[in-house]
Amino acid sequence: MKSADFPFLSLLTLLPLVGALVVALVPRAKGELAKVLALVWSLGVFVLTVIAWFAFDAGGDRFQFRESYAWIPQWGVSFTFAADGIALVMLALIGLLVPLVILASWHDAEKSKRSVPAYFALLLALESSMIGVFAAADIFLFYVFFEVMLIPMYFLIGSYGDASGQGRKRQYAAVKFFLYSLVGGLFMLAAVVGLWVVGGKTFDWQTLSQIDISDGTERWLFLGFFIAFAVKAPFFPFHTWLPDAGGAAPAGAAALLVGVMDKVGTFGILRYCLPLFPDATRWFAPYAIALALIGVIYAALVAIGQNDLKRLVSYTSIAHFGFIGIGIFAFTTQAGTGAVLYMVNHGLATGLLFLVVGMFVARRGSALVSDFGGAGKLLPVAAAMLFFAGLASLALPGTAPFVSEFLVLVGVYTVNKAVAVIATIGIILAAAYVLWMVQRTVQGTPNPALDDVPAMRRDLNLREKVVVAPLVAALVFFGFYPKPITDVINPAVQATMADVGKTDPAPTAVHAEVSQ
Amino acid sequence: MTLNLPPIDYGAIAPLLVLLGVACVGVLVEAFLPKRMRYGAQFTLAAAGLVAALTLIIIRSQQDGYAVLTAGNALAIDGPTLFLQGAIIVLGLVALLLISERSLEHGGPFVAQAAITAGSEVDQRQSAQAPGATEVYPLAVFAVGGMGLFVAANDLLTMFVALEVFSLPLYLLCALARRRRLLSQEAAVKYFLLGSYASAFFLFGMALVYGYVGSAGTDGSVGLTFAEIHEAASAQGPGAGLLFGGLALIAVGLLFKAAAAPFHVWTPDVYQGAPTAITAFMAACTKVAAFGALLRVLYAGFESIAWDYRPILGVIAVLTMLVGSIMAVTQTDIKRLLAYSSIANAGYLLVGVLAFTRDGLSSTMFYLVAYGFSVLAAFGIVTLVRDADGEATHLSRWAGLGKRSPVYAGLFTFLLLAFAGIPLTSGFTAKFAVFGAAVGGDQAWLVVAGVITSMVLAFPYLRVVVLMWLSEPGEQTPTVSIPGALTAGALAFGLLGTLLLGVVPGPVLELTDTAAQFLR
Repeated sequence: MKSADFPFLSLLTLLPLVGALVVALVPRAKGELAKVLALVWSLGVFVLTVIAWFAFDAGGDRFQFRESYAWIPQWGVSFTFAADGIALVMLALIGLLVPLVILASWHDAEKSKRSVPAYFALLLALESSMIGVFAAADIFLFYVFFEVMLIPMYFLIGSYGDASGQGRKRQYAAVKFFLYSLVGGLFMLAAVVGLWVVGGKTFDWQTLSQIDISDGTERWLFLGFFIAFAVKAPFFPFHTWLPDAGGAAPAGAAALLVGVMDKVGTFGILRYCLPLFPDATRWFAPYAIALALIGVIYAALVAIGQNDLKRLVSYTSIAHFGFIGIGIFAFTTQAGTGAVLYMVNHGLATGLLFLVVGMFVARRGSALVSDFGGAGKLLPVAAAMLFFAGLASLALPGTAPFVSEFLVLVGVYTVNKAVAVIATIGIILAAAYVLWMVQRTVQGTPNPALDDVPAMRRDLNLREKVVVAPLVAALVFFGFYPKPITDVINPAVQATMADVGKTDPAPTAVHAEVSQ
Repeated sequence: MTLNLPPIDYGAIAPLLVLLGVACVGVLVEAFLPKRMRYGAQFTLAAAGLVAALTLIIIRSQQDGYAVLTAGNALAIDGPTLFLQGAIIVLGLVALLLISERSLEHGGPFVAQAAITAGSEVDQRQSAQAPGATEVYPLAVFAVGGMGLFVAANDLLTMFVALEVFSLPLYLLCALARRRRLLSQEAAVKYFLLGSYASAFFLFGMALVYGYVGSAGTDGSVGLTFAEIHEAASAQGPGAGLLFGGLALIAVGLLFKAAAAPFHVWTPDVYQGAPTAITAFMAACTKVAAFGALLRVLYAGFESIAWDYRPILGVIAVLTMLVGSIMAVTQTDIKRLLAYSSIANAGYLLVGVLAFTRDGLSSTMFYLVAYGFSVLAAFGIVTLVRDADGEATHLSRWAGLGKRSPVYAGLFTFLLLAFAGIPLTSGFTAKFAVFGAAVGGDQAWLVVAGVITSMVLAFPYLRVVVLMWLSEPGEQTPTVSIPGALTAGALAFGLLGTLLLGVVPGPVLELTDTAAQFLR
């Protein structure tokens, strides 16, 4: 059997789902067993993603691991999975993040006084639906995963999130998250139905990417998809759910929410909006870039003013998604590659930032910046990690996000200098919000109130170090040597740009280097 | 004068004969059997009757050339008829299980003697001790039989008779609640009065159409079969005002039964006041019957002038969806919430109807079955959430139910997600089917309206989920009773239907697709 024929994608989707069922069946009293089981299971999934990574032929077909099984033949719906380079890197990111999140949230579920096995079962169910959404090559199937993904996250936020105000905050956040996503999803459903009828009752991506659609219809369909993805990503002005959800979710779930789930938005734009509606995409691109630019500046400014660590990190994400949006709609290979690379790096950096913030919050019992102050004297290692995660998130050279941000800016500069210049302001603002947050939280004279909190004297334990180490290592490694990732991404991005009908302007040195 | 009796294809109408016959036998059982034996006998008889009728329908549908017009063209036994009759019987069987449940409450959910003054001393005694009336069984079977006739009726007169045959038992059934009897009686009176108006509208519309067909009639014989109406409507004869006026009045009668706005006002009151098992029965089976008849009237009778009235029905569909979804947001009682949700669903069904294509017909039939199963299971769970005063239907009482009884709260959540149209539930596949049909029939604006109202409607469903899972249980949160075997069976059917039609809808889609051809 050739390695490429192995049903990686269906297995990757099914495996965590089975794991979720197994973990859910563990009796409530045996929380520890559930945790170990969930961790081992997610590590198994990670191993499978690593094997898939090496089985993927970067120079081969655009879509690999293709599998197809009949589902609803009357509607032309099938379980079709296929991964291009963009999907593959996202799958790898999920595989890496989920075990770390499980390890990081080891004691989170107990605090909620709710079922511990259910928490870890929900995490695995979330993993399954997230893998499915990236692996699907049938639009109906994609939509199914896109919506189903909401349910575990809804319960993770609503049942296990911030308990202040008798849990009213988490209820509000969970409902807002669900409704926003559902509204976006329903717009997409209308567009999916329309596309299905226009495309002759098929959901196959390959077929649908070949059809001709009249201009007016194409724009409406584009809008339906784009709104769903813009809510998901989120782009300004559809972003207001994210700070609430990110602020109220348990740290682990927040890391997955911002690190992976939101990428479905930008992934969806790359996979569905651009190739299926190329003309409409070109027509809407200036507006999309404008929204993304507003997001970069506006979210950064709001982030500076935040006093809640988790909300702050959420706002930084919105700013970063602005960068990704600019990269996608610039229609150059560098910017596109940069955007996809940004999706991965942002997942690593913001995931790390959320997890470290979670460690601080767990100790202090509060996420407010003003409740900290000088915490670095008490928790030197944790403070160092917060500083590093902050620097990675502001794209300091030497960390992985720098490469992606640089690529996006260079790629945009070749086609639109003004946009690149305005976006650069976002980098300066990023430095402001990260450094000011770090300064107020861990530097300076210790806040006297911290002495009364015994947990603040316990620095990171072995478990927490194991959580942060791989992410730190990955951020540094890919900061110096992004080639393993760019090699996989580049062909897929080139193919996507070719679908839109855009070719790069005169090649530059950076382009040559990347496409080697 | 010689009277020519029309030939009757007894094989084709056997299911109807069985149903109505069993109902008559049920009346005799009620008269002659001693009281203590009636419950068992009636339940067995009703269930056996429904199963037998279903079997006959299945056998009939397997034969070649099963589609016939019979009884002097008064009945059309065609694909849609058999499918809808089968659906009504299956959903009726599940509802019968809920109706028969007696372990939740001493004597079952029905009052022993409805004629005793509510609240009097005698009434308190009977409410505490006497077992419920078993008249509900013949009434329910009459209703099912009437609905079966309703969807088979091939002329307006037969349709009117069928309308009355299934409506009258329903009015009575609504009045028979054991608890909160005044509310129940009020619901029945309201339903009866408004239902009578609706019937009168239908009758008057029929008269106008008769006038039109008569004036356009070519060969002297004037009838009200849909073939004749179709021919007359296509001929564009004089007096089109009669035709359109007649259609409008007939539509009022049918849309009333379907609970479409602005003819929906009875729905929340009746759904709330009626015994929950009967509410479930009405929500599932009456919907099927009403839309089955509406489809036949519009598709078989008035299709040739569809261009003229489609925008008006479109406005009604949008209005129905809007009213249902917006009013659902403000409800504080679970039964009323489900009632408004049922109104909104009538709107989605109309979206499918208005496609005026074969897909429109098949997708509407699919939606009817999918919705029927979900709504039966949902009301089934409502019967389980009880305290000392019977069912606790006020939403505030459902707070924290997820902690008290995670299994039932989980099942109810699943049903709410189905109503909200989340994938992997029948609610999603059904919505997709009708929306797809509507886009295919150039009615994209209805789909946009449907999508927007779905967003609004998601909020009340989500509010219940939040109440059950994310709120802490209060002092007042009732426990969930352990269902008896009958309710458990009904829940299992309803939930399995919701799940299977969501995950593997293929076989039923195939069935609706092959059945979707009206015989004129």
